[in-house]
Amino acid sequence: MTTLYWEEEIETLPRVGLESIQLTRLKHLVARVYATVAPYRAKMDAAGVKPADIQRLTDLQKLPFTVKNDLRDNYPFGLFTVPMDQVVRVHASSGTTGKPTVVGYTKKDIKTWAGVMARALTCAGATSHDMIHNAYGYGLFTGGLGAHYGVERLGATVIPVSGGNTKRQITIMQDFRSSVLLATPSYALNLADAMAEMGVNPETLALRVGIFGAEPWSENMRAEVEKKLGIRAVDIYGLSEVIGPGVAMQCLETDRGMHIFEDHFLPEIIDPETGEVLPPGEKGELVFTTLTKEAFPLIRYRTKDISRLIHEKCACGRTMVRMEKVTGRTDDMLIIRGVNVFPSQVEHVLMGTEGVEPHYQIEVNREGNLDTMAVKVEVSEALFSDEVKTLENLTRKLQADIKDLLGVSCKVQLVEPRTIQRSEGKAQRVIDKRKL
Amino acid sequence: MLVEQIAVFLENKSGRLAEITATLAYHGINIRALSVADTADFGILRLIVDNVESAKKVLKGAGFTVGITFVVAVEVADRSGGLSQVLMTIEKARINVEYMYAFVNKSGENAVLIFRFDDMDKAIAALRQDKFTILSGEQICAL
Repeated sequence: MTTLYWEEEIETLPRVGLESIQLTRLKHLVARVYATVAPYRAKMDAAGVKPADIQRLTDLQKLPFTVKNDLRDNYPFGLFTVPMDQVVRVHASSGTTGKPTVVGYTKKDIKTWAGVMARALTCAGATSHDMIHNAYGYGLFTGGLGAHYGVERLGATVIPVSGGNTKRQITIMQDFRSSVLLATPSYALNLADAMAEMGVNPETLALRVGIFGAEPWSENMRAEVEKKLGIRAVDIYGLSEVIGPGVAMQCLETDRGMHIFEDHFLPEIIDPETGEVLPPGEKGELVFTTLTKEAFPLIRYRTKDISRLIHEKCACGRTMVRMEKVTGRTDDMLIIRGVNVFPSQVEHVLMGTEGVEPHYQIEVNREGNLDTMAVKVEVSEALFSDEVKTLENLTRKLQADIKDLLGVSCKVQLVEPRTIQRSEGKAQRVIDKRKL
Repeated sequence: MLVEQIAVFLENKSGRLAEITATLAYHGINIRALSVADTADFGILRLIVDNVESAKKVLKGAGFTVGITFVVAVEVADRSGGLSQVLMTIEKARINVEYMYAFVNKSGENAVLIFRFDDMDKAIAALRQDKFTILSGEQICAL
């Protein structure tokens, strides 16, 4: 199989060349942001840094971080660097934990975004011959439209099906011969279940590859999606603050990590507690600086996503650093009796157990002064037995496996099928009922 | 000579059992015998019905997890010692009872014992050897 590239020259550029481009762009960015955005200028002045202090890439570390609250404090357009007449589009986060965060794009930003997204699609082997089923939500969420413009740039056919209406989606897949699926992994499983219910054999579909992102998912979940849909499942990464989908993408040559499109997005890994940049290869919080965005650039934006950078060469020939699959978020992290727990770890145990369905929910409570964690697991036919001891052994085994991996005990609760709410976008994995 | 039994997973919440019986009633399925195994967290309902295939289909359709297992039905005279004699045979053959339940048939002369053993084949052989009456699924429905 020959590797496909969208922009071969830049994607395979030797590191020295890439770093030189990054430095030029970084200097330009810092100077422009300092000159145009008062809140950035105030933060840099407070930290005692001037644009002229940026002489090498490592000088980036002198700059203060940008966090989600900075975005909220300057709601809606306070951090834009261009007049609104140059802003051609805005997107916004759902704002479930307060005011939404708003991002803006110039014409050139939209073009940049379509370009990185086309690169991402090419990483997954998509070409202009593909029929691309885009089940990411359209609207204020960046997923739908971001992927949409990338498909059009690529020259493939986009089916702007968006989320929901699952049965109709399957009919469309059958009739239009969708070959590439874009969705959240939890929605992909929802589609697989619905196919089973409708008696549609995935092998009769034209689907070849699925590009999944927008929520953390485990390797075992990948295996499950691949098995149930009979496709290759690859990982895409992005977040609306940075641009949307298309920040990083897994190529077909590896299952380990996603290439960060570093000519546009400069990554760092920091210790979430101290803010120190960690040595290469260590796991920590991912931080991005956007090098080319016009309307809404970000300097050292803390993503809260936990990952590590993989510097080894990739078989595909791309020289861009890879980021490991996001295994959790600093704010997804539950602290249960002092132990850090990520829902993805629980998922890893469940998906590693034969017959367990990928639908689960973690419920955290506080009884007296003690945190309790219950993991609800649906009883599939494969798990069910008419004998009590078989079911009790199953819950004991899952409890023991979770305890082994997480170091915290939990109660596994078997529930009836389809009682855990199905995802039409991002799955709600955790219900924290503690009143702290 | 095995009888098909339907097992249904029951979450511990009110109204689930009623929902099952209502579903079966709506589809005209008659329950011949049943037992509920309950733990602190969940229950397992086991049913002998007159139409296994249809019961399985409608219960699955109503969203329940359903399994089919095979059990042995032994008919004994409804008098003191009836069950005891069966269990002596089973014990002698060193077979374990996983669970059991019983019902008395309409005429009131005989009782039917439903067993799940750890070794079904061995149990049937032992029961046959001691001349016990083993009923088929059709015979149970005809009672």
